[in-house]
Amino acid sequence: MKYIVCLKQAPDTAELPKITPEQALAGNEGATLVVNPWDEYAIEEGIRLKERFGGETVALSVGPDKVDEALKSALAMGCDRAVRLWDEAFVDSDYWATALILAKGIEKDGGADVVLTGKMSVDGNAGAVAHGIACKLGVSLLTQVAKIVDIADGKITVERLLDEGRETVTAPLPAVVSVVKEINEPRYPTFIRIRKASRAKIPVLSAADLGISPDQVGKAAARVTWRDLVKPEPKKREVVIIEGETPEEKAQKLLDYLMNVEKVI
Amino acid sequence: MSVLVWIDHRQGNVQPASWETLGKARSLADRVVAVVMGQGADAVAESAIHYGADAVILYDDAVYADFRFEPYTAAMKDAVANETPNLVLFPATTRGRDFSAYFACNADLGLAPDAQDVRFEDGKVVAERPVYSGNMIATVEIHTTPAVVSLRPRTAPMPEADTSRTGEIVKKGALLSEDEIPTKVVGFEETATGEISLTDARIIVSGGRGVKGPEGFEPLRELAKVLGAAIGASRAAVDAGWISYDHQVGQTGKTVRPDLYIACGISGAIQHQAGMRESKIIVAINKDPEAPIFQIANYGIVDDLFKIVPALTEEAKKRLGK
Repeated sequence: MKYIVCLKQAPDTAELPKITPEQALAGNEGATLVVNPWDEYAIEEGIRLKERFGGETVALSVGPDKVDEALKSALAMGCDRAVRLWDEAFVDSDYWATALILAKGIEKDGGADVVLTGKMSVDGNAGAVAHGIACKLGVSLLTQVAKIVDIADGKITVERLLDEGRETVTAPLPAVVSVVKEINEPRYPTFIRIRKASRAKIPVLSAADLGISPDQVGKAAARVTWRDLVKPEPKKREVVIIEGETPEEKAQKLLDYLMNVEKVI
Repeated sequence: MSVLVWIDHRQGNVQPASWETLGKARSLADRVVAVVMGQGADAVAESAIHYGADAVILYDDAVYADFRFEPYTAAMKDAVANETPNLVLFPATTRGRDFSAYFACNADLGLAPDAQDVRFEDGKVVAERPVYSGNMIATVEIHTTPAVVSLRPRTAPMPEADTSRTGEIVKKGALLSEDEIPTKVVGFEETATGEISLTDARIIVSGGRGVKGPEGFEPLRELAKVLGAAIGASRAAVDAGWISYDHQVGQTGKTVRPDLYIACGISGAIQHQAGMRESKIIVAINKDPEAPIFQIANYGIVDDLFKIVPALTEEAKKRLGK
């Protein structure tokens, strides 16, 4: 069995609020960069699959040199190898171009039985790249996965978390599986693994290596472009502090406002 | 302009955001066609007419009983080929986001996921969508026709159903046979037991560190029951294990925009604000007058939530006759 985890490097969520639109558009967010938190669940699941069913787990990402740090985090957690995909032509790729790059990277690495991704990134928030990878590879897609029940006889069985309940689904391998937070608790890397990962040499594949022509990726291929990016205008609110002698009096006053003035109850 | 709208339902139970999305389409286009997939989903198709669709394409067959990417995408591509719309709109529900992304990539169309607004500008579809986990808003231009957009719940008003409206319902069958669909649904266990979903809720009662423990959510649940509200929580309360993650509001949880958000014992970290600051009215109940939540609240009570919340419940019971 072979498992490939697609991950993204993203700003630390604690620092997201301080990033400015200018920094975001320049692709230099001035924030601590980490493995996108949603992808940690995918990495953990990739390692658990190897522990359960045997095989190899590979971490894959698209991005410049600095992305090696995120891939090294995945190695420190327990991935066997990492591969980075990068080319100047990849700058400004949209979801589908990014999915194409990852799909080509997966094929170039000899394919995978299971491709794992997180639910979405904390910066782009699209949650669409897993769908794109499945389309580009022409394989099954399983999303909102909260449990991998079994892999057997060329099939994968998973539990998906829907708004209405838990659905059990089977699909033939290979499959792209996008996982949710409920699936596991990502492990902390050990000191020894961190040291070993820090010395890893991560191979980089270019557009030419992947057989991607420049017109398939980057700005030229984008089906969508970001025209503008702004900080949301906070609603102007003037807080009315409700005073009163007793909790009952305060409750009455608040309900007067909510029912008679604002009419939200 | 013509817009196709996908109606999200499971076995006839329609996600309310579908109707909001239909209402949005109505405000944008002179022709609005709803697309419904399911097994025995005639009632859903009729409701779509009542909520504003001019016509409905109903793909009705056993292969559509559960949402699956393969048959649903084949049907949506068929609908697009028939209608040649300018825009295909989905409610940004869990299924809607999944389906729109898979369909858009499969049909090589541009996608704006989880938009809070969408409009036509010189024939082009432009959408506004929150990014950086609610910390920024991106305006995106889609270069394909049709464009594909999923619309975040509660960003467009809920239209009134008009049962006197009529429209054509075109019924179609399976485009793929069961043998051609590799994904099989083999089980389902219902978990949502009548709880109001956070993203659809008109009122949310939310608890943070100040509720002090799992049992501290009880008075909040009492109030929520009386108000017909959903229960939210801050990350602090979820991380402490007092309530499950599906209740989490904020940057790494759900983004909500109810008419009324009652924050109980929530300090209001910027990460929490990112998930709830678009609420129409915010009430903060907190012992600490310096808590940042008061800076974004419309009404504040500086007091112990364990005194105020039960008092609110009692008073609301009286006034609402419950």
